[in-house]
Amino acid sequence: MISGIPITHFLIVSTLMFFTGIYGFLTRRNLITMLMSIELILNSVNINFVVFNRYLYPDQLQGHFFALFIIAIAAAEASVAIALIINIYRRFTSIDSDTVNEMKY
Amino acid sequence: MNYFYTIWILLIPLLVFIFTGLAGNRFKPRVSGWIGTAGLTVSFVLSILTAWKYFFADGITGGAYPTIVAAKTTWLNLTEFLRIDMGVMLDPISVMMLVVISTVSLMVHIYSLGYMEGERGFARFYSFLSLFTFSMLGLVVATNIFQMYIFWELVGVSSYLLIGFYYQRPSAVAASKKAFIVTRFADLGFLIGILLLSFYTRTFEFTELTNPQSPVFTGITSVSFMGLSVITWALLLIFMGGAGKSAMFPLHIWLPDAMEGPTPVSALIHAATMVVAGVYLVARMFPIYIAYSPNALTVIAWVGGFTSLFAAAIACTQFDIKRVLAYSTLSQIGYMMLALGVSGYEGELGLGYMASMFHLFTHAMFKALLFLCAGSVIHAVHSNYLNDMGGLRKYLPVTHITFLVACLSISGIPPFAGFFSKDEILVAAWEHNRILFAVEYLVAGLTAFYMFRIYFGIFWNKTPHYHHTPHESPVTMTLPLIFLALGSAFTGFIPFGNFVTADHKPFEPQLHLNIAIPSVLVALAGIITAYALYRKENTAVTRIVSSLGSFYKVVYNKFYIDEMYLFVTRRILFNLVSRPVAWFDRHIVDGTMNGIGRVITVSSEKIKTVQSGQLHHYALAFVSGAIILVLIILYKLS
Repeated sequence: MISGIPITHFLIVSTLMFFTGIYGFLTRRNLITMLMSIELILNSVNINFVVFNRYLYPDQLQGHFFALFIIAIAAAEASVAIALIINIYRRFTSIDSDTVNEMKY
Repeated sequence: MNYFYTIWILLIPLLVFIFTGLAGNRFKPRVSGWIGTAGLTVSFVLSILTAWKYFFADGITGGAYPTIVAAKTTWLNLTEFLRIDMGVMLDPISVMMLVVISTVSLMVHIYSLGYMEGERGFARFYSFLSLFTFSMLGLVVATNIFQMYIFWELVGVSSYLLIGFYYQRPSAVAASKKAFIVTRFADLGFLIGILLLSFYTRTFEFTELTNPQSPVFTGITSVSFMGLSVITWALLLIFMGGAGKSAMFPLHIWLPDAMEGPTPVSALIHAATMVVAGVYLVARMFPIYIAYSPNALTVIAWVGGFTSLFAAAIACTQFDIKRVLAYSTLSQIGYMMLALGVSGYEGELGLGYMASMFHLFTHAMFKALLFLCAGSVIHAVHSNYLNDMGGLRKYLPVTHITFLVACLSISGIPPFAGFFSKDEILVAAWEHNRILFAVEYLVAGLTAFYMFRIYFGIFWNKTPHYHHTPHESPVTMTLPLIFLALGSAFTGFIPFGNFVTADHKPFEPQLHLNIAIPSVLVALAGIITAYALYRKENTAVTRIVSSLGSFYKVVYNKFYIDEMYLFVTRRILFNLVSRPVAWFDRHIVDGTMNGIGRVITVSSEKIKTVQSGQLHHYALAFVSGAIILVLIILYKLS
């Protein structure tokens, strides 16, 4: 049982994960690292959903299900993103985001 | 009493038009000609059959010829009250017009097989002829005024296409444009007239609109505008449309120029059928004119009378034989308009109406014949000008005889057709207005003079040097000439009053000797003058011309009407209206639009660098946007 742990601890963890993800998304040049950062953001949101559900409405399940959906969609999104990255690698022999800059004015 | 088959009279030329228009180039040109002629033969036979059935087999019911709606379908169902039908309506004048149009059109189709042989665009010519025939037939059988208007514009456009048939010639292009613009301008009046009339009566149907007792007219008679009742305005505007199509003064300027088209076209459209559409329109609306607006009829009579005199005077001075015939057409249509203008309605009083339709009928025969003969002459000598002709009676015997018949007919010499119809018109004018009557007498003399002037000029007089011996036209051309000559000679004996009258009730027309004999004498005087002056080469002509001096010059230059139009349009309208409007359009309207375009171009040039292609720039923008949104929401919530 997690009742001994106050809700703020969970929220601190999720906030840290969220901003780590944002930081990684903005600063990394490697596409796979950027993808991992996005996963971090998604998971921080998942934690929020589950925790709020557990603490505020313990007899309901919407938050849990939402988290499950997000996990499923994140898996699909990761497969698409990796397919894109593989193609980018074939085209540019690199997965550095700076080399993929042809889509402009 | 089943007349449903009459729709095929219209549909066959339409189908021929579509077929030869789309597929004409896939075959030899001759094939299109034969298809067109064969199709029209069917229409012709059906028209004759309809006329026989209508006038003889079914005939009079209850003392008058009935008005039959043979076919009708709703074409546009716009609202509960506003719908436009298409259909076929048969009454004495429309049945008569069916016969006239299909006869002349068939003759022209046959004639053109010879005349247009080897021309570029032979198939195109035949498809346009079919289009014209379809439109003209649709015009006369219209069940409602809006259908008539639609077909009215269709004949206008086919006339435009055929005048501009030789589109490589700038003069033909200019003439077709002129014809289209002038008649279009008149049609604007027609359209406004239709809208006025229909707005107050709430109907387009002729069955209502030509019945003065119909309740639809209760509202309109009380409304007036600028001193004239609205119905008079509407009828005058409708007459304006008719005057444009029938080339009445001062809207006549397009018809002489329309002679740029091939000669068979002039015979069909600009002599026999389309130009009488205006007369037909007035005749169609005649019960309303007589019941509600006799003043409009007086206007019509004077316009007709003036045009007939004016055009006859010009015809005496022209040297292009087709132009002489064109002015002669104007003059004869003036006669028809005048006859309508002086007519009454009931029984014998409707003599003018009957005479007008009679003259329309005989005129279609002899004027088509005159044009086709002129075509035959032009075919032989390759020139339109009287000076290049002369002594042709030896070379063109058939053309010579048929042309003579037509000249006698138009001059009103008994027993040819023109005599009978012109006599009825003169009687009607005598009973109504003596000044107009005197004018028409003068015109009868002038007509005989100018017709025999070109007759003697073409077939007698001195023989100029021909580059190659002129020869008679092929049989496809002479056959229609002979047929129409028979028509011009004998159709006068049709007792027209038994068939076509204003109130559909037959009466027995009489020959009025006290009017007929002087008119024949006037015509003979005209012929003798022409004989004296033009039988042989004669110096008297030049002496007379020089003694007339500036008057001759004014008439020769067609009273400078064209120059007046040019002055009004170029100097006044162009300078005062068109140029300011053009300036406004180019600088203000276009300037606004171009300005907007330029602002967008310049600003997008500046903004476009934002789209850098760098993923991180986008990511940064996205995240900072999200943060800003969150801050806004927090601010709002607190």
